[in-house]
Amino acid sequence: MNIVACVKQVPDTEAQIKVKPDGSGIEEGGIKWVMNPYDEFGVEEALRLKEKNGGEVTIVCVGPARAMETIRTALAMGADKGIHISDPAFDGADAYTTASALAAAIKGIPHDIVFCGQRAIDDDSAQVGAVLAELLEIPQVTVVTKLEFAGNSVKVIRPIEGAQLLIECPFPCVVTAQKGLNEPRYASLPGIMKAKKKPVDVKDAGALGVSTDRKARVVRFVPPPARAAGKIICADDTPEGKAAELAKLLREEAKVI
Amino acid sequence: MAKGVWIVAEQRDGALRKISFELASTARKLADQLGEEVCAVLCGSGIEGIAGQLGKYGVDKVFVADNPALEPYTTDAHAMAVAKVVKENDPAILLLGASTQGKDLSGRLVGKFATGLATDCTDVKIADGKLLAIRPMYAGKCFGEIAISSFPQMATLRPNVFAAVENPKAGAVVKFDPALDAGQLKTKVLEIQKDTSGKVDLTEANIVVSGGRGMKGPEGYAILEELAAVLGATVGASRAAVDAGWRPQTDQVGQTGKIVSPNLYIACGISGAIQHLAGMSSSKFIVAINKDAEAPIFTKADYGVVDDLFKVVPEFAKECKKLLA
Repeated sequence: MNIVACVKQVPDTEAQIKVKPDGSGIEEGGIKWVMNPYDEFGVEEALRLKEKNGGEVTIVCVGPARAMETIRTALAMGADKGIHISDPAFDGADAYTTASALAAAIKGIPHDIVFCGQRAIDDDSAQVGAVLAELLEIPQVTVVTKLEFAGNSVKVIRPIEGAQLLIECPFPCVVTAQKGLNEPRYASLPGIMKAKKKPVDVKDAGALGVSTDRKARVVRFVPPPARAAGKIICADDTPEGKAAELAKLLREEAKVI
Repeated sequence: MAKGVWIVAEQRDGALRKISFELASTARKLADQLGEEVCAVLCGSGIEGIAGQLGKYGVDKVFVADNPALEPYTTDAHAMAVAKVVKENDPAILLLGASTQGKDLSGRLVGKFATGLATDCTDVKIADGKLLAIRPMYAGKCFGEIAISSFPQMATLRPNVFAAVENPKAGAVVKFDPALDAGQLKTKVLEIQKDTSGKVDLTEANIVVSGGRGMKGPEGYAILEELAAVLGATVGASRAAVDAGWRPQTDQVGQTGKIVSPNLYIACGISGAIQHLAGMSSSKFIVAINKDAEAPIFTKADYGVVDDLFKVVPEFAKECKKLLA
């Protein structure tokens, strides 16, 4: 089976995000960069499919030079090879541009199933998997929490508001991974050593023959709206008094209950 | 030239979903500024009768594809239908819900139209005749103002954030043939397992009662369930509580869980790690109940109670019961 897993390097969930004074982006100093947590679920599922059914896992990543570290992490987990799409022109790329680059790279290799994270926790756009599927002209199932290989297709669970769907999707297809799909492994020390020797093909936009034009652009980054300082409820300093005061405020002042 | 503000309305089991009215009202506002029309696309089976309801919320025309292959929702069928009618009419702006369905469909349409999309917006406006979309990024740790240079300019709107306001317009129904190519319908919904608990999904709840590490164990959540029952709320959890196995993963609120924006968010025994705050900061009112006065959650809370939650929550539930009786 030919399996592709797309990964992105993002700031760690604990990272404080500071907007540059001119609003042109975020301050990258001091940020710890990690593999997007949802992509980790995709890589793990790719490895499990390979271990059960045989085949090869290729990691594809759009990102600057530092993103090589994330590709190596996936290789250390057990993936076989990587494609690193690295070009300064992709900085701040939107979903369409990113998916176009991924599609160009993936079209050149055999692919039965392509994993992506359901969203990246930096721009939170949650689009790349679906755009990629459209550009590859293959079906998609997004936000998947369970996957079962069924010969030439997969059967997956997709939670939606108030229900869960069991969906069958034939190969080739794109699957986007949600938390719950699996518990990603840590790279072993021998895995890390081996990863250093695994092949990673580095390509720029020219080599892929894709445009780097963005359709959507962040014209300005702004800090989140500040919330006015809240009220600490003291009342008569008993739990009962505080509880009564809180209920009254929510009813009469906030009018939310 | 691209013209008009369009929405993709959502229905399930023959009923329009709330997000559809939020989309309609928001589109109406934008269209009035542009002096253009609001049109909706509605896909499903046996749904022609409900299309007119969108008129009440400001929709001029509803393009309806009524076809058994459009029920239940599949990406393939809906993308084909929506893309066809949108391409034929060339709108300037296309809005969808940032619901599970809207997010699944919108990416596909971005690929078909080779355009740009702002996901999960909390505000949209018109600036210099173009869409300007405001959305949280890094799970709300910062916001981005997004401009789109291609048509249609697409955005998905975060559920529960935009008001649904009645503003009656014609809501004229225009049927269209979705021209589905059966060979291209690849995915199949084999089974729909409905949640029979009657619980409103976290992302759609008006009130969320959430518990964290301070709940001390799975049994601690009983008092939150009781409070939720009184308030008609949905119970959520922090990552710490989910990782400890106290609550199912579907209950997690935060950067790697669900992003919620209820009218009222009650955080109990949650310290307010940045990754949690990221998932609930767009709530309209936030209450924090925590015995640690230094907990970062208090910097976000409109009302804070510094005390033992196991004493405060049951009393609070009693008080609410009295008020709501």
